[in-house]
Amino acid sequence: MLSRVAEAIYWMARYIERAENTARYIDVSLNMTLDAPIAFSDQWQPLVSITGNLDGFQARYRTADRDNVIQFLALDRENPSSIVSCLSKARENARSIREAISSETWEQVNRYYLLVSSPAAARRVRENPASFFADVKLYSQLIAGVSDATTSHDEAWNFMRLGRLLERADNTSRLLDVKYYLLLPSVEEVGGAVDDMEWSILLRSATALVMYRRKFGQISPEQVVEFLLLDTEFPRSILFCLLNAEESLHAITGTPPGSYRNGVERRLGQLRSELAYAQVHDIISQGLHEYLDGFQRLLNGIGEAISETFFGMQQLNGAMAGAGGPTSDVLSGDQSQRGAGWHRGYAGDLRQ
Amino acid sequence: MIIEGYDSGGWFDEIFDAGGRPRPEAQLLLDIIHSQPEGEFERLQETANAALVNLGITFNVYSDGAGVERVLPFDILPRVVRDDEWDHIERGLKQRIYALNLFLQDVYNDAKILRAGVVPEELVLSAPSYREACRGLTPPQGIWCHITGTDLVRDKDGAFYVLEDNLRCPSGVSYVLENRRLMKQTFPDLFASSLVRSVDDYPSKLLDLLSFISPRPDHRRAAVLTPGVYNSAYFEHSYLAQQMGIELVEGRDLIVIDDAAHMRTTRGLERVDVLYRRIDDDFLDPLTFNPDSMLGVPGLMRAYKSGNLGLVNAPGTGVADDKVIYAFVPQIIRYYLGEEPILDNVPTYLCWREDDMAYVLEHMSELVVKPANESGGYGLLVGPQATSEELDDFRGRVKHNPRNYVAQPTLALSRAPVIVGDHLEGRHVDLRPYILYGRDLYVLPGGLTRVALKKGSLVVNSSQGGGSKDTWVVSARGPQC
Repeated sequence: MLSRVAEAIYWMARYIERAENTARYIDVSLNMTLDAPIAFSDQWQPLVSITGNLDGFQARYRTADRDNVIQFLALDRENPSSIVSCLSKARENARSIREAISSETWEQVNRYYLLVSSPAAARRVRENPASFFADVKLYSQLIAGVSDATTSHDEAWNFMRLGRLLERADNTSRLLDVKYYLLLPSVEEVGGAVDDMEWSILLRSATALVMYRRKFGQISPEQVVEFLLLDTEFPRSILFCLLNAEESLHAITGTPPGSYRNGVERRLGQLRSELAYAQVHDIISQGLHEYLDGFQRLLNGIGEAISETFFGMQQLNGAMAGAGGPTSDVLSGDQSQRGAGWHRGYAGDLRQ
Repeated sequence: MIIEGYDSGGWFDEIFDAGGRPRPEAQLLLDIIHSQPEGEFERLQETANAALVNLGITFNVYSDGAGVERVLPFDILPRVVRDDEWDHIERGLKQRIYALNLFLQDVYNDAKILRAGVVPEELVLSAPSYREACRGLTPPQGIWCHITGTDLVRDKDGAFYVLEDNLRCPSGVSYVLENRRLMKQTFPDLFASSLVRSVDDYPSKLLDLLSFISPRPDHRRAAVLTPGVYNSAYFEHSYLAQQMGIELVEGRDLIVIDDAAHMRTTRGLERVDVLYRRIDDDFLDPLTFNPDSMLGVPGLMRAYKSGNLGLVNAPGTGVADDKVIYAFVPQIIRYYLGEEPILDNVPTYLCWREDDMAYVLEHMSELVVKPANESGGYGLLVGPQATSEELDDFRGRVKHNPRNYVAQPTLALSRAPVIVGDHLEGRHVDLRPYILYGRDLYVLPGGLTRVALKKGSLVVNSSQGGGSKDTWVVSARGPQC
């Protein structure tokens, strides 16, 4: 398939997944403020940090209160990773490859964008955020389902799946990190009653509570981490994402499983086996945040390697290809910067 | 829906006859309108509007800046064409395209028609769309104008006239196909029981055509070449590629190596045999045409001239739809085919002729004045609706560059009813059928009916506030079992 099409389909999937996960971050925080007996004075700002754009936020909002943060993360077009920005880019990508995806997939992406960009969205976010974010999550899943059921599971589909799973792995690691931030004031109390409830809210936000209960029963922080990080069957667990991303990657290249022919396969295989043989106890004693930070950096490296390996044909022809059509500054420009720089920015903010 | 009181206003109406009675072919349609409960028709119209938004069936408007998408307004009342009238149109179009193709082959090769003085050589060579680079070329299978979207209008006498031959990159066919799909959703029963001729074949016919002209008999890899997502017709480019199941490429996806075009894919370069290009000649290849073009592909013309690439339409076809050359199409048909034209031209004054020029200057307020090489309704003057400043401005332009202007009488374009609130009002329409020239000539039954939605307006172009209707070709006995 065309490199440009592969790139657009991969990014379309990432943006759609990212929008869903931003909705999940917000949801977990909303839930925590509703249920938690203690008032977290500064729990919304970490959310901004974690999704990567604290400077952008502080430049235009005075206080990191609930309304401002939700506005910023959901509907602020100036924020490149807000839900509406993600959907706008997902739709632009989808529009540029409409011929390569099914009509049904396109229609859902288009409707999704209309859902979050319509004037009614602002009112819903204010008056009934839970229902709005539930719709956002639903639409992302709808698109994955519709495309699974209406497009051939060919190279394009595998690029879509690869994008979705890598984004999800990245986002699950951030979701775990939300917990880390929220508990900063009370690290010593890990394991307390309040803590249990928060872990269960976290699980619920990853739609993981029921599945977790079925597997482990009682909530224990160590097992929650194990479930979200190292489970091989739960679809939002990081290891599950990597295993399946690897499967799609090898379906794209035709390289036999367990071997590699390019940098992407080598890096992804390495990271997957690192997790496959990791012990949750070691991770926690090493420090969850540090571990997740390192993981995100390796994952960014994989993203960059994908750009170079599969989408690099774009740049083959030097200036002419770079100049491209009238779309280049908006589409590929946006994403090739993203591939390299944006993610670094994302991780960089985290360490502030 | 209130039909009573509909006033055809003395114009030729596509649905009602001069006495205000529905034409026989439109009777079933009227029955259906009558049978809908009150408000239902308006509701169906709203459902159709919402579907267009959800499906993202849009075009881009240039003047509003990049990225502004608009839905092409769609009126769910179809325009109905009687099948015997349609057969006449079809014969006329085939005759015309066949002759124009012979003209193109001749003009770029032996130039017999120019030497015979049937079409003045000076006019052909001075056409901005004449391509020196195409001299001596014969495209694969000898076909130049593979896809044509001829603009037809109906005057008050009820006869169809050819207004323009669009031989370059005519657009709009995707709306025909999508409008029909929408109509089937809106009125499923109607299509089950009627004899509306189907348009569903178009993508297959187009794909056949593309593979027919492939220079390599054993490889027939075709792609649609688009200027990109901000082009006004981008929806159509992606739609057609999707319907045919072929790649949609941009200039930056292509590279010419060893005089052959290749696509950059995730597995390296892959050769392309045929491009259905929706980029104008000027931007196709910066090495041959406009050197500043960022949309095209350097070396594409080399690949084409070497016989390694089919281009649809062939570069150079624009010369035959220059509005000055248009005036000579009846002579062109007579010269090559020895037949009388089946479809008439609209009478056309060429400012290049001294007598015509004098007439045009004097009668400008009655005429429509058009630049010879523009399309999309840009740069034209509708005399009866123009201010005296605009008239003076155009007189100046015409005198300054007579070759570049033609004028036609202001036609009494036929009208068709459209839904306005809870009642019907007449609006002017035209008709753009689509003709494919591959193994044989195929005319898509119906085509795009464009509507000037602004009350009283004669300009139907989508860029100027036009909308569209589905076009039904139905039996003269009316659409019934």
